[in-house]
Amino acid sequence: MNKAFPILGILTALLLSYALYQALDVAPTEQTMGDVQRIFYYHVPSAWTAFILFTVNFVASLVYLFRRNPASDIVALVSAEVGVVFCTIVLVTGPIWARPVWGIWWTWDMRLTSTLVLWLIYISYLVLRRFSSSGETPILAATLAIFGALCVPFVYFSIWFFRTQHPQPVIGGGGSIDPRMLHVLLINWLAFSCFALLICWSRYRLEELQREVEQAHALESLTQSPRSSR
Amino acid sequence: MNGYLIAAYAATWIIHIAYLASLMRRYSRLKHDIEELKRAQT
Amino acid sequence: MPAPTGIMPATLRKDLRLEWRSKDAINSMLFFSLLVVVVFSFSFDPNAEESRRIAGGLIWVAFLFAAVVALNQTWAREIRNQVLDAYRVSPAPANSLFLAKAIGNFIFVSVLEALMTPLFVIFYQLRPLGPTWQLLIVAALGTWALVVNGTFFAAMSLRTRSREIMLPLLLFPISIPALLAMVQATANVLTGGGARVWIALLLSYDLVFTTACLLLFETVLNAE
Repeated sequence: MNKAFPILGILTALLLSYALYQALDVAPTEQTMGDVQRIFYYHVPSAWTAFILFTVNFVASLVYLFRRNPASDIVALVSAEVGVVFCTIVLVTGPIWARPVWGIWWTWDMRLTSTLVLWLIYISYLVLRRFSSSGETPILAATLAIFGALCVPFVYFSIWFFRTQHPQPVIGGGGSIDPRMLHVLLINWLAFSCFALLICWSRYRLEELQREVEQAHALESLTQSPRSSR
Repeated sequence: MNGYLIAAYAATWIIHIAYLASLMRRYSRLKHDIEELKRAQT
Repeated sequence: MPAPTGIMPATLRKDLRLEWRSKDAINSMLFFSLLVVVVFSFSFDPNAEESRRIAGGLIWVAFLFAAVVALNQTWAREIRNQVLDAYRVSPAPANSLFLAKAIGNFIFVSVLEALMTPLFVIFYQLRPLGPTWQLLIVAALGTWALVVNGTFFAAMSLRTRSREIMLPLLLFPISIPALLAMVQATANVLTGGGARVWIALLLSYDLVFTTACLLLFETVLNAE
């Protein structure tokens, strides 16, 4: 790996600790929810990062279908995998926030439900990648990624219609956010985006290496078989 | 500090570290593979 | 080169004739959904009021799981004698094959629904309070939504290990918006409301995903 990687690593670590300090100490305490509101500084940036990664996955899959280059296939795989990790965090921290504020762990609220469905779609994408035989995986996965992305607006609209018929507690919709809180939120988002970039980078290198090793294995079995039969 | 807050932040990092650990495991397995390949070639 | 219009009806007729002679798919689907009807009646008290609220979900879950049985068989018989490989090298357009399969599945699942709906009505004492004709539209659009994606994903899961398990794993998450629309529309009509919004949603879902399937099917069929 080249020099940029450790530099980015140190920068990200610094940024994350600064963002943590901001979230726990500098950000003003919310009046009604108290300290619990600070979960937002991890929850919301993770959600944004996950959505960005899923968008990257969609774009990379489209590029792969047109150009058939392995690099965009790896980008699609990596962004989906890391996106699922961030999406899992959203789904775990959401209920931890909901419990003290709403008094229940889970509610079939619009955003929770649609995030869960999104998570399910990308899990099925990763499962497909695991279960298909190596040669066809990229094409099949790219196709599924496009279907998944097409599905996203439908998920949102259907759950929105569904929820407007059954009113439920909604996250403090509308209302202006304190500029200091917004500031902390954005810093945390920046920190987590850098962190995501860092993970994606290492995952990308790992996948490249893995493919090289697989190729070497295939080559070896080709060259070895005549020698052993001799 | 609030227990829920600590739980949420801890959960976030546990998930991240678990994923990173799985990457490390895959990497060490690959390294092992590469060494075996090298030995096979010589 | 054969006319592209001729291949679709020919494949469709072949599939329908095969199914008519063996009745494999329709029998297993019927048996399956009958089981669902019986088992679900244990989980709640099937009086008229209660059923009206729950029946929408129940009916569509039964049909969804039954449809997977038919969808899994869609391509299985084309693999046995390398029919699919022959198709791949032939100049026949891939989309007519896809449409034939999708329409075939649509007919199978519609027959199942026509046979099962009276049973649901009797067992759960259903009597819609809203406009019944909307249920027909919901059924047609909803079935197409399941079947068009199902046929596509069945072709995809063909290339994977343990393909019978793969199909529901791929199909169910993508189908969630359509299922939600179907369940809500049915429940609305049963309890006396309209379902126009949901019908519009289903219609656009059908349009978008039918287009996507037709655009991408050839890529999937020829994936190496």
